[in-house]
Amino acid sequence: MKLAMTALAISLAGFTVAAQAQQITGAGATFPAPVYTKWGEAAKSAIGIELNYQAIGSGGGQNQILNRTVDFGASDAPMDPAKLESGKLLQFPTVMGAVVVIVNIPGVESNKLRLPGELLAEIYGGKITKWNDPKIVEANRDVKLPSMAIAPVYRADGSGTSYVYTSYLSAVSSEWKDKVGANTSVKWPAGAGAKGNDGVAATVHNTRGGIGYVEFAYAAQNKLTTVQLRNKAGHYVSPTMEAFSAAASNGDWANAKNFAVNLIDQPGDKSWPIVSATFIELPKDPKDPSRSANVMKFFDWAYKNGDDAATKLEYVPLPAKVKDSVRAAWHSEVKTPDGKPVF
Amino acid sequence: MPHLGDAVFAGAARFAGVFVLLLLGAIIVVLAIGGLQAFRAFGPAFLISTDWDPVQMVFGAAVPVFGTLATSVLALIMAVPLSFGIAVYLTELAPAWVRRPVGTAIELLAAIPSIIYGMWGFFVIVPIMAQWIQPHVIDTFDGIPVLEDLFAGPPFGTGLFTAALILAIMIVPFIAATMRDVFETVPAVYKESAYGVGCTMWEVMRSIVIPYTRTSVVGGIMLGLGRALGETMAVTFVIGNTNRIATSLFGPGNTIASIVALEFPESQAGSLKLSALLALGFILFVISFIVLAISRLLLRPRLKG
Repeated sequence: MKLAMTALAISLAGFTVAAQAQQITGAGATFPAPVYTKWGEAAKSAIGIELNYQAIGSGGGQNQILNRTVDFGASDAPMDPAKLESGKLLQFPTVMGAVVVIVNIPGVESNKLRLPGELLAEIYGGKITKWNDPKIVEANRDVKLPSMAIAPVYRADGSGTSYVYTSYLSAVSSEWKDKVGANTSVKWPAGAGAKGNDGVAATVHNTRGGIGYVEFAYAAQNKLTTVQLRNKAGHYVSPTMEAFSAAASNGDWANAKNFAVNLIDQPGDKSWPIVSATFIELPKDPKDPSRSANVMKFFDWAYKNGDDAATKLEYVPLPAKVKDSVRAAWHSEVKTPDGKPVF
Repeated sequence: MPHLGDAVFAGAARFAGVFVLLLLGAIIVVLAIGGLQAFRAFGPAFLISTDWDPVQMVFGAAVPVFGTLATSVLALIMAVPLSFGIAVYLTELAPAWVRRPVGTAIELLAAIPSIIYGMWGFFVIVPIMAQWIQPHVIDTFDGIPVLEDLFAGPPFGTGLFTAALILAIMIVPFIAATMRDVFETVPAVYKESAYGVGCTMWEVMRSIVIPYTRTSVVGGIMLGLGRALGETMAVTFVIGNTNRIATSLFGPGNTIASIVALEFPESQAGSLKLSALLALGFILFVISFIVLAISRLLLRPRLKG
């Protein structure tokens, strides 16, 4: 009996501790889910805010925040400005990431193959079908390329990664822009699809002559064979954190409406050409201002203390100036019903 | 007050029965209403259009419907002979002490979650197909009319054939178990009479057992077909996820279930894409409903007693 009472007391104590941590809920993009989870764990003990994040996909996150079933939505592609307007949402970036190209060509090592963007568009467009095509050979005089069929692999599930990658192809090839375009899923002219980063990586690994695209974090952790891409300044760059940061710092943040900055194919000698930010959507007219205040407190804490965790997971932290303008936007845009700032 | 208890129980049971009907109806209605926007936008052409272009917002059902039917029929072609062999072995040939473990093993196959089949297919079967089977088959049939087209394309390992193979393994337990059960309903006196006049075992199977159980066997096959049509995860892993109609058995494709699973998370509320996916769900519902209705109809007389 005494034992039971003690057990009850302990479980009650545990319950009160759990109840003291304030819950916030979010849903959306899968790409930043690992870093949000990491931040959530750290913030719970640091500032007593517990994040419950569901990685259901960007589209799902946008739907849920428009219906106000969660405290914030998260999406990889910036939301349509008209929808932000009608849904009374404030959009802000959290971290950035890069997409890299991986290949499986016998004898070709990581970061040895050089691919200009327009050739990438022609490969995925089904125009270049052999690895020893004269156009590829011309860019790679010092690499021995076999007469092997190119097997392009793409993300079959709708994904922010595909959105970023097709945005890049659209930026460097007007033909791709006209015929295919950029979206979370598109009408791929050639190749086969695979599910998720792991599916693309495994299919490229299994298929001789395979080429695919994955998020950098995934390629780095699994030591995949990446290639050099040519940036806007005409230099070939390898995918490194330094190259991603260079692209991020060259982005035109000041003039980006809703923070929807374009980081694709940025100028700068060292810039990696396929970089993008991931976003949060927060109601400007919160039903429960205290919950929204906690969301902003959480991301404010993450901006201050979360850069190391993000870098460790191969994400690129935001420039300090951008963080400051996000804080200013929180203060001026999110209001309680009687017009007072929530943050 | 025993009468009150009876009344409450009867009411509760009646509610449960009616609830199932309501639930089924509600699902059909929701799918139909959700798909209405797509059906209105594209008209009957939705059923025969092979377009699936999320950028231009043009959608058609032909590719996933083709993929669903092609993989399911291929799977049946592979699964039916195997299931028949299993059922004959278990009812006629196997010694009594083998029947139970083999029968249990077949039933266990049915209990494996489909995601396991998907992962096994993707990490084991697909590399084998890509590196060993497909390149050799493609080379062997190269130059032979019809066959060279049927087995063509880059050896990705994924595709219609691989999907059908996995599906076949998944539906064998259903078909084999039904066949075994109905084969056992054949009265022993019929078979013994046939053996008595000097029939071989094959003659007994062909002339006594199969004619006696024909409708039920077809019903069991339809049950397997119904399962193959709606299978999602395993197929999504291995079919190659491409919105084109493949002319080659090794070509990649998409089924209704796989395209819905892949595209649903990135579809925005109220968008034409979401509506097209719900319309696809409605079409799958109708196809599955027809197949299962036929299966029920055929199985009814035999399984009644």
